[in-house]
Amino acid sequence: MDIALKNTVKKQLLWVALVSISMFFASMLSAFIVEKGDVDNWKNFSLPTYFVLSTGIIILSSLLLFFIKPALKKGKSIFGLVFIVLILGLLFSFFQIKGWEQLTNQGIYLTGIGSNVAGSFLYILTLTHLLHLVGGLVGLCISTIKSKQNLYSINNYLGLELTSIYWHFLTILWIILFTFLKFY
Amino acid sequence: MSEHHKESFITKYVFTMDHKMIAKQFLITGMFMAVVGMLMSAIFRVQLANPGESSILYSLLPGAWLNDAGGLNPDKYLALVTMHGTILVFWVLTAGLSGTFANFLIPLQIGARDMASGFLNMLSYWFFFIATVVLLSSLFVETGPASGGWTIYPPLSALPQAIPGSGTGMTLWLISITLFVVGSLLGGLNYIVTILNLRTIGMTMQRLPLTIWALLITAILGVLSFPVLLSCGLLLIFDRSFGTSFYLSDIIINGEALHNEGGSPILFEHLFWFLGHPEVYIILLPALGIVSEVIAVNSRKPIFGYKAMVGALLLIAFLSFIVWGHHMFMTGMNPFLGSVFTFTTLLIAIPSAVKVFNYLATLWRGNIRFTPAMLFAIGTVSAFITGGLTGIILGDSALDINVHDTYFVVGHFHIVMGLSAIYGMFAGVYHWFPKMYGRMMNKNLGYIHFWGTFICAYGVFFPMHFLGLAGLPRRYYSNSAFPMFDGLSDINELITFFALAGAIVQVFFLFNFFYSIFKGTKSSQNPWKSNTLEWTTPVERIHGNWPGELPVVTRWAYDYSKPGAEEDFILQTEPLKEGEIEH
Repeated sequence: MDIALKNTVKKQLLWVALVSISMFFASMLSAFIVEKGDVDNWKNFSLPTYFVLSTGIIILSSLLLFFIKPALKKGKSIFGLVFIVLILGLLFSFFQIKGWEQLTNQGIYLTGIGSNVAGSFLYILTLTHLLHLVGGLVGLCISTIKSKQNLYSINNYLGLELTSIYWHFLTILWIILFTFLKFY
Repeated sequence: MSEHHKESFITKYVFTMDHKMIAKQFLITGMFMAVVGMLMSAIFRVQLANPGESSILYSLLPGAWLNDAGGLNPDKYLALVTMHGTILVFWVLTAGLSGTFANFLIPLQIGARDMASGFLNMLSYWFFFIATVVLLSSLFVETGPASGGWTIYPPLSALPQAIPGSGTGMTLWLISITLFVVGSLLGGLNYIVTILNLRTIGMTMQRLPLTIWALLITAILGVLSFPVLLSCGLLLIFDRSFGTSFYLSDIIINGEALHNEGGSPILFEHLFWFLGHPEVYIILLPALGIVSEVIAVNSRKPIFGYKAMVGALLLIAFLSFIVWGHHMFMTGMNPFLGSVFTFTTLLIAIPSAVKVFNYLATLWRGNIRFTPAMLFAIGTVSAFITGGLTGIILGDSALDINVHDTYFVVGHFHIVMGLSAIYGMFAGVYHWFPKMYGRMMNKNLGYIHFWGTFICAYGVFFPMHFLGLAGLPRRYYSNSAFPMFDGLSDINELITFFALAGAIVQVFFLFNFFYSIFKGTKSSQNPWKSNTLEWTTPVERIHGNWPGELPVVTRWAYDYSKPGAEEDFILQTEPLKEGEIEH
């Protein structure tokens, strides 16, 4: 297999995997809708303010990734850029956990006697998103190390490109989840 | 150039990245699990014929599974039924069938060296293998394996204290199926990307053999539906292990009121059957793809209506996503919604009928060779028709309600899904065995295997429809406690007789398979005089499939008995003659 074809194949593998992950979340959201329609004691909740902050952070991180290709074209180092995105990713994760803390302070629990299906769904949806994000953070860690070692060039940055696609996907997914949980 | 290289025992047979060897790994593991699943069914059929009595077959079971009189314990009967369903649906007919033939045929028939990612392919098998070990290990836990049916409906599956099988056995079931799904997804990703990108020069989508079309669409179905089973399972794991209430509400168990409220077991059914119905076609479509190839080759005729066959596959796949409610007519569904699901379900009859018609039209006036593979392929079409007809009854909400959860349903799905798919799998094994092992299977043993299986399978599943029409519920440990079913005990004994006979017949296949691997007559390069690319590879297995350059395709896969041709087959690599028109 020549390199161009190998790259295409790897990208397509990722795209098909993203379709599959989308189905996972689509089914979760469908379950949310079905349950909300069925349950008498559905507890309405307001989203933690930390989730608003984390939304801004993940959008910013995604936007920064768009500067990578132009930087590589100019032959500039991308280490700083990738490192900032990694830090923003960690910050997003931190704010998600803080958001859960805020939820428990409001009396919304994942499980236990005081819990409600509505709250459980909120935790599960955000938790599974965060678990997927861990994969992205691993990718960003590797990309950060490689960019520090100047291993990327405009003709050779597939790993970073794949990480970026995955990260953008996670951003869009989070925006959908956030909007859904906020307004549905 | 070929990618063949020196391999150690470990890289050749264990952690191999060669698609052909991975296919064999799937096949052998699938066959092993088929034997396990079949023995389970033999055991519970003996219980149904002689309720509560001891049997020599029970010596295969751990002692704790039997009561003092040597009979089978009721909870272990339920465990056997559950494990039989799980193993046959997922391990044999999903991984065993799709895993084997997708891995084996995709690179060979599209003209590729291997799968897009050999590593992911290897991982796919090893996830499947570990899932197998975890599932089988549940047979040896004190409380027994999962027992709530292969559909694992809550609350039985969600409350570890519900029945013995709801404990550790259910936990292992969930771990196992999670690993299984991950393995299936890795495989599916690979199949799709390989077919879309690695076709050799000239292998356009319009020239793909129908096996590849079927495997492509199956992979798409898997990638879209298995994640739903994952989310369904994840919510269940949270309910049973962490105390959430997604599927649970207002439960009192052993006098104790549980805190769960607000959940609904119906939600589980929605999620489960959103996978569950496409799963039927994940099982069936590869078999139909194999049958298309085997029937065309052995009729010495082009497949009738190639484009219609592809269209029918696509339509079946699409419809399979909007019919899941027909498994839930008894859940208090709004009758209007029920009629919508009835409508979408009955629509599947149209592409199914197209496929059956085209198979028959291909056979019509063909120069038919009744090889064992061909007999099994025709058997698939036969079972697809027989089972499909009762599907019309079960797809109609007004009729389904009368026979819901009876043996009518058991008879229906075993014929339409079980028999069709397993016959397709047998057809594939007999047909591609020479390519897999370089030797031929024994024909006469193949004929005994086919006729024995065909007669016994109908002997088992046909009478079940009458049991169901008489109201006999499925999954009951014993029917002797109900006087109204006393008159049906003879039929149950007859079914058990055929089940045991059918199991014995499989010994002919197993002997033939393993004996032929080592002692079968050596195969020529193209023993069936087939057109497709796999028969242009050398008989000896090499990693990379073709020793030199990849073949170039110049025609479709079904130029059989073409007027003016010297022989009754033309390889896909043979250039069009001057003035020759492609089909």
